[in-house]
Amino acid sequence: MNRIALFVPLMVFAILSLFLLKGLDRDPTELPSALVGEPFPSFILPSLANDQELLSERDLDSQVVLVNVWATWCFACRIEHPMLNQLAAEGIAIIGLNYKDQDQQAIQWLKQKGNPYLFNIVDAQGSLGFDLGVTGAPETYLVDAQGIIRYRRVGVVDQRVWDDEMSSLYQQLVGEME
Amino acid sequence: MYLLNVLLAMAIFLMPLAQFAEPSKVWASTEVVQFSDPSLRERYYQLVQELRCPKCQNQNLADSNAPISKDMKAQIHSMLEAQNTDDQIKQHLVSRYSEFILYRPEVNTNTGFLWLAPLCFVLFGAVIIWRYAFSGRRVKADTTELTDKQQQQLSELLGEDDQ
Repeated sequence: MNRIALFVPLMVFAILSLFLLKGLDRDPTELPSALVGEPFPSFILPSLANDQELLSERDLDSQVVLVNVWATWCFACRIEHPMLNQLAAEGIAIIGLNYKDQDQQAIQWLKQKGNPYLFNIVDAQGSLGFDLGVTGAPETYLVDAQGIIRYRRVGVVDQRVWDDEMSSLYQQLVGEME
Repeated sequence: MYLLNVLLAMAIFLMPLAQFAEPSKVWASTEVVQFSDPSLRERYYQLVQELRCPKCQNQNLADSNAPISKDMKAQIHSMLEAQNTDDQIKQHLVSRYSEFILYRPEVNTNTGFLWLAPLCFVLFGAVIIWRYAFSGRRVKADTTELTDKQQQQLSELLGEDDQ
């Protein structure tokens, strides 16, 4: 009995080490998203292409879409943009959420860099961004055909993120539709 | 000079305590927010201190100048003016930004261990102390008296040391 008790500190140390070792691999900036598994928040906001046209969450329905939060003031969005163009060319539906931006600058940006978006939601005040739990741009959400958010990416979507984390989920969601 | 050093050291050690005495003034002194009712101001400062900025991690909302925490502060302000309770406001923000933003997490199945761990450690310590005290008594009970010869040897040994 006493001999086993001698090993208690070692065991406590081992358990603590395992716990801390696991923590080393975790990215502290990756937060649990409150909205994964929840429906896309409802909104009524103008379209970038035509400010007379009002968009709502109904416009996301009946297909699997990426909702990409972007802005012209966002430096990382510059880096991300070619990847979005590439995904759009592969036939993936991307919807833009132009976040706290100036319409004219945003339109200019799309002319210069190409437009990967089916349409753009203008969120000048950041109200939809707030309901989505957006902390900054860029952010990307994967929304299924029922309008449920299935995945959230904070930061740039690049080839590695797409291959490792998003591609298979996207294919699975498209598969669920059929 | 010595007295000055002592006073300085005391001041440094006691400085963190100041935030318990007057928390709002320590952290959010630069903010100017207008309220229709002064009692809302107290609750506002309480909330912006307890809630964590999701962007600039390890800062609370009061401390942070990130655009997102400005939005969140504006939201808290308008919800306070709209007669929402503190819990409603927290719930509103947690449903968007997850429980990460609560510096004082709620007690639920995820955080239960966190809340109970200190109690477990205290109990564990108490058990150790109790066992230690108990075994100490047992050792005493096992002690046997020295024989006369052993007592004599002991005195000789101690006597040698004295010289």
